[in-house]
Amino acid sequence: MFAVEINDLVKSYGPFKAVKGISFSVSEEEVFGLIGPNGAGKTTTLRVLSTLIEVTSGKVTIFGHDLVKEASEVRKVISYLPEDAGAYKNMTGREYLKFISRFFHDLQDSNAMVDKAIAIAQLGERIDDKIDTYSKGMARKLLVARALMIGPKLAILDEPTSGLDVLNAQEIRKVIKKTVSEGTSVLLSSHNMLEVELMCDRIALIDDGLIIESGTPIELKRKYNATNIEEVFVGAVR
Amino acid sequence: MSSIGTIVRKEVKELLTPSTLVPILIMALVFAMIGNFASGVTVSLAEKPIIGLIDQDNSNLSRLACENLSENSKVIYNGSSVETGLSVVENESGLALMVIPAGFSSDILSNKSGTVQIYWEMRGAGVMDSVPLSTVSGLLVGMDRTISTSLMGDHPSTDPSIVISPTKINDTTIFKGREMVGISPLVISSVMSQQATVVPLIVVMVIIMAGSMVITSMGSEKENKTLETLLTLPISRTSIVFGKLIGAAIVGLVMAVIYMVGFGYYMSSMISGSSIDLAKYGLTIDAVGFILVGISLFLALFAALALCMILGIFTKNYKAAQMMTMPITFLALIPMFIIIFSDFSTLPTGMQVLMFAIPFSHPMMAMQNLMFGNTSLVLAGIGYEAIFCIVTMFIAVTLFKKDILLTGRIKSSSRKSAFPIASMIKDLISRKG
Repeated sequence: MFAVEINDLVKSYGPFKAVKGISFSVSEEEVFGLIGPNGAGKTTTLRVLSTLIEVTSGKVTIFGHDLVKEASEVRKVISYLPEDAGAYKNMTGREYLKFISRFFHDLQDSNAMVDKAIAIAQLGERIDDKIDTYSKGMARKLLVARALMIGPKLAILDEPTSGLDVLNAQEIRKVIKKTVSEGTSVLLSSHNMLEVELMCDRIALIDDGLIIESGTPIELKRKYNATNIEEVFVGAVR
Repeated sequence: MSSIGTIVRKEVKELLTPSTLVPILIMALVFAMIGNFASGVTVSLAEKPIIGLIDQDNSNLSRLACENLSENSKVIYNGSSVETGLSVVENESGLALMVIPAGFSSDILSNKSGTVQIYWEMRGAGVMDSVPLSTVSGLLVGMDRTISTSLMGDHPSTDPSIVISPTKINDTTIFKGREMVGISPLVISSVMSQQATVVPLIVVMVIIMAGSMVITSMGSEKENKTLETLLTLPISRTSIVFGKLIGAAIVGLVMAVIYMVGFGYYMSSMISGSSIDLAKYGLTIDAVGFILVGISLFLALFAALALCMILGIFTKNYKAAQMMTMPITFLALIPMFIIIFSDFSTLPTGMQVLMFAIPFSHPMMAMQNLMFGNTSLVLAGIGYEAIFCIVTMFIAVTLFKKDILLTGRIKSSSRKSAFPIASMIKDLISRKG
C-alpha cells in the first residue's frame, strides 16, 4: 500500500489554478521531497493532503483512505507541520504538548507522547516557560516535536528546519530520520536543497502547478549532469 | 504627487474600507429611523390631544371646565358612561378619559379641592410613549386657570389656596389591559424606564464582550498560525466550532451573572427609593418568568456567538477581527436604543419586524412582556432565537469546512456580486446539491 497516492490532483481558487493536475505516490517509510520555486503549488499540495483545503478534482488516498470521503480517518494517521506554524503563546511548551496529545488520547498514551516530544524538542527547563518567550528556533523545535510525538504514519513537513541554525537543523533532520526508521513516511517540502538531498529517497519538482521532474536524487543528478540537487532545480526550472 | 500626498493616499486607501464604511452607514440608517420616529411624536405634540370627557356634575364650574378642555383638545367622547368612554378612547387612540364627578362644584365652593378623575390610556413604557400624555397635563393647567378666574370674579370669598389650585387629580392608568388605580403613567414610565435601560444595557455588554472574544479568538488563531494545526488534528470541524462557542458562552454567562448581581443591587436600591411598588399592581415576574428570561438571554448570547464565529471566519488577523465586531455591536445597540425610546407594542409595524428579526431584542423585551402577560411574544421570541441559532451554527459549521476559513475570502465570482454573502450561500447550496 502507498502512504500517499495522488492522481490528477487539481486545486483552484476561483478562476486561478494553483495545482493543475499532478500525480505522484509516496511509499511507506519513504521520505519524499516536493521542491519548486515560490508559488509553484507545493504548500497548496501539502495543505490539500493535510485535509486543510478542498480538492477541486482528482483522487487522493492516504494509507488507503480517500481524502475527501474519509477526512477524519486521514487526520488520525497524519501530522502536518506548516511552514509558518505557531503555537498558543499563553501556554508553556509542556502545556501545549499536553493540549495536542489530548486529541490523540484514544490512540496513544498522552504522557508517553509528551515525554517523547520533550526529548525531541530538547528545550531543557525552558519547556515550562511561556511559548511567548521562545525564540523562533525554540518555537520551531517545539512544533517539530509536536508533529512527530504522535508517531504519525505520514508526516507532512513544510520547511521543517525553517528558522533553525545549522546545529539545530541537523538535530531535527536526525530526529526525522529516526522517526522514519520507526515506520513513519515523510512528505517534505523545503527550499534547502542540501536538506532535500540529504533527507529524501525520492524528489518531485513542481513548477507552475505541474510536476516537471521526479526521481531519486542520484537519477536526477545524472539526468541533468549535476553535482547537486540545486543544479538540478535550476536546470529543470529554466 | 508630493510625499505627504502619497502617505495620505495610502492611509485613506488603508482606512476607508467596506468594513469601516458599512457600520457607519448602518448607524446613520438607525439614527434616521429613530429621527423619523421621534418626528412622529413631535407632530403628535403639535396637535390637540385626543380625550374623552364626562361631566357628571353639570354645574357652572364643571361646564366652564369642560368648555376649556374642549377648546384645547379634540374630544372624541362627550357622554355619561365611563365604560363607553373608555372603549371609545381606547379604540380611537385617545390619551385619557376625563371625568368630572358629581359634587365637583360644591366641593370647590365649600373650599375643598374639586376632584377630576382621569383614566389614562397608557400604550407603552418607553420615553417617547409618555411624551404625548404630558399634553393632557397641560390641559389640566388651562382648566385650573379658567376655574380660578371664575372663582375670583364670581366667588371672591373662596379660600385663596383653592383659588390658586382648585382641582385635584385621581389617576387611574390603564396599561396593556391592566387597570392601576391611584397611579399616573408618568410614575409607571419612570420606574419601567429603569428596567428598559438597564436590562438592554446588560444584554448589549454581554453580547459585545462575548462576541468580540470569539471573533478575536479566530483572528488570533489565524494571525498566530495555530488554526492550521488545529484543523489537521483528529477532531471534527463541528466539534471545533461547538468547543469555541461553548467556551465563549460559558465566559459570557459568567459575565452576565456578574452584571446581574450588580443589576440586582441597583434595582433593589431603586425600588426601595421609589414611591410605588410595582408588585402591588401585579407587575412582577415569577420563577417561570425568570427562567424564560434566562433562556432568552442564553439563546441571544449563543446566536451572537454563532454570528461572530461566521464573521471570524472572514477575518485574517487580530486587527481585522477588531473591525469585525462592529456589525454585532450595532445589531445589539439598535434594539437597545429603540427599547429605551419606545415600547415594542407602540412601534410602527416595520420597526416591530426589525426588532423581532434581531435576536438580541428578545431578552431585552422579555421582562416587560412577562410583567404585562405577553408570554406568547416571549415564547415566540425564544422560538425565533432557537431557529436563528440553529441556522447560524449550521452556516458556521459549513463555512468551517470550506477553504474560506483559511483564505478568508469568497471566490472572485462571488465577490463581484452586490450581495457577496448571498452569493456565497448560493454557492454553498449549489455545491451541496
